[in-house]
Amino acid sequence: MSLVEDKALTTSGEEITNYTINFGPQHPAAHGVLRMVMELDGEIIERIDPHVGLLHRGTEKLIEYKTYLQALPYFDRLDYCSPLGMEHAYVLAVEKLLNVEVPERAQYLRVLFAELTRICNHMLNIGAHVMDVGAMTPNLWVFELREDCLNFFERASGARMHSAWFRPGGVHQDVPLKLLTDIGDWVDGRLPELFGDAMSLVMDNRIFKQRNVDIAVVSKEDAIKWGFSGPMIRAAGIPWDLRKSQPYDVYDRMDFDIPVGTNSDCYDRFMVRVQEVYQSARIIKQCLAEMPEGPIASDDRKVSPPKRAEMKQSMEALIHHFKLYTEGFHVPAGEVYVATESPKGEFGVYLVADGTNKPYRCKIRPTAFSHLQAMDFMSKGHMLPDATAILGAIDVVFGECDR
Amino acid sequence: MSKVLHSAPRFASNEGVLDTLTGALGDMVVEAREANGEIIIEVKRDQIEHALRMLRDDHDYQQLMEMAGVDYPSRAERFEVVYMLLSLTKNHRVMVKVIAAEDTPVPTVTTLWPVAGWLEREVFDMYGVMFDGNTDLRRILTDYGFEGHPFRKDFPLTGYTELRYSEEEKRVVYEPVELAQDFRTFDFTSPWEGADYVLPGDEKAEAPEVDKPKTTESAKQTGAGKKTDDEAADETDADPPAMDDKDKEDGE
Repeated sequence: MSLVEDKALTTSGEEITNYTINFGPQHPAAHGVLRMVMELDGEIIERIDPHVGLLHRGTEKLIEYKTYLQALPYFDRLDYCSPLGMEHAYVLAVEKLLNVEVPERAQYLRVLFAELTRICNHMLNIGAHVMDVGAMTPNLWVFELREDCLNFFERASGARMHSAWFRPGGVHQDVPLKLLTDIGDWVDGRLPELFGDAMSLVMDNRIFKQRNVDIAVVSKEDAIKWGFSGPMIRAAGIPWDLRKSQPYDVYDRMDFDIPVGTNSDCYDRFMVRVQEVYQSARIIKQCLAEMPEGPIASDDRKVSPPKRAEMKQSMEALIHHFKLYTEGFHVPAGEVYVATESPKGEFGVYLVADGTNKPYRCKIRPTAFSHLQAMDFMSKGHMLPDATAILGAIDVVFGECDR
Repeated sequence: MSKVLHSAPRFASNEGVLDTLTGALGDMVVEAREANGEIIIEVKRDQIEHALRMLRDDHDYQQLMEMAGVDYPSRAERFEVVYMLLSLTKNHRVMVKVIAAEDTPVPTVTTLWPVAGWLEREVFDMYGVMFDGNTDLRRILTDYGFEGHPFRKDFPLTGYTELRYSEEEKRVVYEPVELAQDFRTFDFTSPWEGADYVLPGDEKAEAPEVDKPKTTESAKQTGAGKKTDDEAADETDADPPAMDDKDKEDGE
């Protein structure tokens, strides 16, 4: 029997040609509703055409018809795995246009909860990524931690996921002292124990490494050209973190390190996130130690409403309360682009105000959009099952990608 | 600008950047300004690729983070396309803008950054701005077979079609949108600041002018018809209708 090298032959002698398959939109590893049209040569991916927009709800258009305060809860529903991280960018954009001062305690609270959100988000992504490549147990363990985070959000805002707790000028309500001590205990005890245990199953696991090391290697130049940000650009070895380079709120007082990757593959992206969890825990501890007493929202009554008790006593407070919750505040005309380091990368809000109580235009920069666009060149030449690992390491959430 | 009170992201100082960049871009610049801590440079549409290439190669704005479309229907060329550039080495951001209309394509910047491919597709999908040179200008976020550009200001918030699963036809059907309740929108502009709506009753303030005011000089001009006119013209000496006292008595 002679081997024919030019043509790949099956046992029955038929020639294999390229074929196209549809990955998603209802695929458990698609992390939502992603449809990818894949062109395969056997099991080798030749081309991927991601079709996004299946979760497009027109958030940006809806926001144009809402007051600035009514627009806020839409941000929770963008990246529903890290709702407070989304709110953060929006409230900062509104505050930048208004040039309103935020009290110190509110800034600390926002940083504290933004970091809790980061842990919460990474728990989901790390668990899902591990499960995408075949492991079950770590996902169940880190979901315990995610549940803890959601309980903290509930105790602060009343809602587990869609908190709407960050407000232009501060936060909505102060937190009870017991919550802060509980977060402190959790960061010192349960988080490192459980997370360390879960990660010890994964980090040096042979199968996990075989599925992730040297998969989807992206050079520094490519990472810059394709608009990467967050863990994706840090895994490529570029120590770029907006919390450090362009600090907002009290991040400039925080002492933390930026983990970077060396090999820029899926394993590095995973490990960057693992290390970021420990850095977030450091930031949380500093916030708890340094947080001062004081007001939790701006005292500018044209922006932030008075307390309810005050409203019952003072006519002026009543009027402010009524006006802010019906008409809302007017934002002076102007345009800003505010980008924050959301757990997934650079999340930006381009806000155009025309002087009325509603945004004229609110463009949201999703992190996943540019990462997903790179899916084609990252997957080229890899095997079909690698696509799920690559997708897991991107950390996409379609609420945010499709808006 | 007044003192910075807000705690939004603080990148490198804007000092002198505006002059440097407008000087370097020369007559490509249409307008440049610094407001709210942002540097915004508007350049000529056909020069955008050249301008962004200069900013990327000579001024270290390595990353194109975002492209946004904005619609100003009152302008002659109604669309703005805004490019957000980020410098990783200088830790600085600038916004570059071009103005475009529906029939004036903007040169693509996919030649500079591959990431621009999808960003341009999104602006095209939402606003209908064409990008000259983008080889893959398909719709991206809207449904397959969608018509129109939904983020234009003249596109209704509710859209034109809605879809549902039809049990009879066993497939998803598209139908014209039907609202159970009218779309409610409130204009919060103060009447003192020039609201464009008319308050109930205000329309009477300006009565239309007529050459000859309408008057009724005789009963015949009431327009009530011939029979009534004839009756009204007759002199009558009948008593006025008597008041019915019955109700009054009942009341007491």
